[in-house]
Amino acid sequence: MSVDKDTVRRIARLARLALEEERVEPMVNELNGIFAWVEQLGEVDVEGVEPMTSVVAQTLKMREDKVTAGGDAAAIIANAPVSEDNFFVVPKVVE
Amino acid sequence: MSLPATPTDFTLADARHAVATKKISSKELTAAFVKAVEGARTLNAFVTETPDRAMEMANASDARIAKGEARPLEGLPLAIKDLFCTKGVRTTAGSRILSTFVPPYESTVTQNLWNAGAVMLGKTNMDEFAMGSSNETSYFKPVVNPWRAKSSNQSLVPGGSSGGSATAVSGNLCLAATGTDTGGSIRQPAAVTGTVGLKPTYGRCSRWGIVAFASSLDQAGPMTRTVRDAAILLRHMASVDPNDSTSVDAPVPDYEATLEGGVKGLRVGIPKEYRLDGAPPEIDALWVKGAEWLKAQGAEIVEVSLPHTKYALPAYYIVAPAEASSNLARYDGVRFGHRAEGVRDITELYEKSRAEGFGAEVRRRILIGTYVLSAGYYDAYYARAQKLRTLIARDFTQAFEKCDVLLTPATPGPAFALGAKNNDPLSMYLNDVFTVTVNLAGLPGLAVPAGLTADGLPLGLQVIGKAFDEATVLRAGRSIETAAAFGAKPSKWWPA
Repeated sequence: MSVDKDTVRRIARLARLALEEERVEPMVNELNGIFAWVEQLGEVDVEGVEPMTSVVAQTLKMREDKVTAGGDAAAIIANAPVSEDNFFVVPKVVE
Repeated sequence: MSLPATPTDFTLADARHAVATKKISSKELTAAFVKAVEGARTLNAFVTETPDRAMEMANASDARIAKGEARPLEGLPLAIKDLFCTKGVRTTAGSRILSTFVPPYESTVTQNLWNAGAVMLGKTNMDEFAMGSSNETSYFKPVVNPWRAKSSNQSLVPGGSSGGSATAVSGNLCLAATGTDTGGSIRQPAAVTGTVGLKPTYGRCSRWGIVAFASSLDQAGPMTRTVRDAAILLRHMASVDPNDSTSVDAPVPDYEATLEGGVKGLRVGIPKEYRLDGAPPEIDALWVKGAEWLKAQGAEIVEVSLPHTKYALPAYYIVAPAEASSNLARYDGVRFGHRAEGVRDITELYEKSRAEGFGAEVRRRILIGTYVLSAGYYDAYYARAQKLRTLIARDFTQAFEKCDVLLTPATPGPAFALGAKNNDPLSMYLNDVFTVTVNLAGLPGLAVPAGLTADGLPLGLQVIGKAFDEATVLRAGRSIETAAAFGAKPSKWWPA
C-alpha cells in the first residue's frame, strides 16, 4: 500500500496538522519508505491470532464512583495561552 | 567501604553510605553536582537546571539526618528526564509545544523519589516526546555524548530518547537519573554511554504524570553507573498507583538484597534470531564473551528461538505512532502549550499551533499513526500489528520454558556521529532492533556496559527477564558487570 499527495493532505487535515504545499511531496516519499518496510508484516500468517490488548494479564481495576479531585480552576487554567475569568479562549466558532 | 576522592565520582550506593555515616553532608554533595552540571553545559544534558531547589532539598535532608530521620535516598542528588511532570518546574518533553508548560502536579515516580529523600538537580534533555534514538530531535538542541573515539574530537550522540539522562550519568553530573523506555529509550542510550539502564516490566512503575508517547509501551526506569544503583533506584521508583490503572499491585522486592546471588544453575537463553547480517563483528564477539562469563560462573547456556523477532520493529512503527497520534491530539493550542498567532478560525488555530509546536519527527509519526488508524486501513495495519505483538509475546513465553533469562546485544553498534543518521528515518529506527521486542511483550530488559570497541567506545549487553522478575535480571546483570570489570570512564574533555 502506498500514499499519494491527496492522501497525505487528507491525513494531515485529519490530524489537524498544517502541511505547507512544498512539504507534501517529501512527506509522500518519507511515508512510502516506511510503509514499504512495514509491508513485511503481510508475510506472517495471523489467522486465528488474537490482537494484543494488554501485555500484563490483569483484570481491569474498578473504583468507587466518587469525586476525588477538582474545584481547582486556577491551577487548570494556569498554563492556558489565553484565558478569561477561568475560561479557555478560542476563536469564534458560531456565527 | 572505600570512597572515591571526588564526591561526583561516587556511585549512588557510595553516596548513600557517605551521607548516612556523615562522611559528607548532602549540602556538600549536592553543591559538587550543581557545579559539575554548570561546568558541563557544552554537553547540553539539561533543559532546565534547578540548583536553588537542589540546595533547598539538600538542606532539608541534612536537617532530617541530624534529627535521625533519614529516609532511604536521603540527600542524594538525581537528574530527572524532562518527560516527568514536576510541580512548579517547567516540563517540556523536549518539544516547542510544551516549552512554557509548568505542571501543577508531580508525577508519581518523582513523588516516590522525593518521598524517599532524593534531591532534584534538574530536568534532562531528550528526543522530542521521546521519539528518537540519538537525542537530535529535541527542540532544545542535541545532547553530546561524554565519550569520544580514540584520537578523535568528533562529537558523538548519546543515544535516545533518554540521552540527557545518559550523558548526565556517564559524565558524573548526577548520581543517577530517571529515564523512560518505549522502544529502547533507556537501554540504547545507556549502552552507548557505558552506563546501566533498566526498563522494568510494564506496570511496575506508575505512568501517571509522565508525558504520554505510546501508552501500551511506555515505562519508566533507572539509569545509573552500576547495577547495584539500578536495583536501589528501581525500588524507590516502583509503586502501585490509583492514578494509573495499569500499574500492578504487587509488592516491590528489595532487589539489592538478592543482587549478589550469582548465576549458578541459571539457564541463560541465547536467541539465535538476534544474530544480524551485517552487524559489526565486535557486537557478536562481545555477546559470545558475555555468554562465556556467565557460563564460567555456573550458568547453563541454552540456544532458544524467537521466530518473530524480525517483525518487532515494523510492528512497533505501527503501534507506537498510532498511540502517539491519539495521545498527542491533546496539544491544541487552547489549554496549554504553544498557540499560533494571527489565525482566522479554530481549525486554523489547531493546525498552525500543532505544525509550529511539533518538530519533523513528531509530525511524521502523527501522520503515520493517523493513517494506520483511519477508516479502511485499521485492519490492514493496526490490527495486524497487534496480532504480531501477540506472536512476539508468545515467542518469549515459549523461550522462557527453556531458560530463566535471555542474553542479547543491547545495540547494533556504538555511539555514532551527530548528524550521521538524520537523513534516513529507517536507519535511525534500526538502532532499537534489539530493544523494541521487550516493549512489545511488556518484559523487563537491562543494559549493562560490557566492553569497548577497538575505537574505545562503550558497548552493552542486554539481559531480558520474565515479567516482574527484575530481581533475576539484575542478578544476572551484576554477574556480567563483575566479569566484565568495565570500569572505563570518558575522559573529561569538556570545560571544568
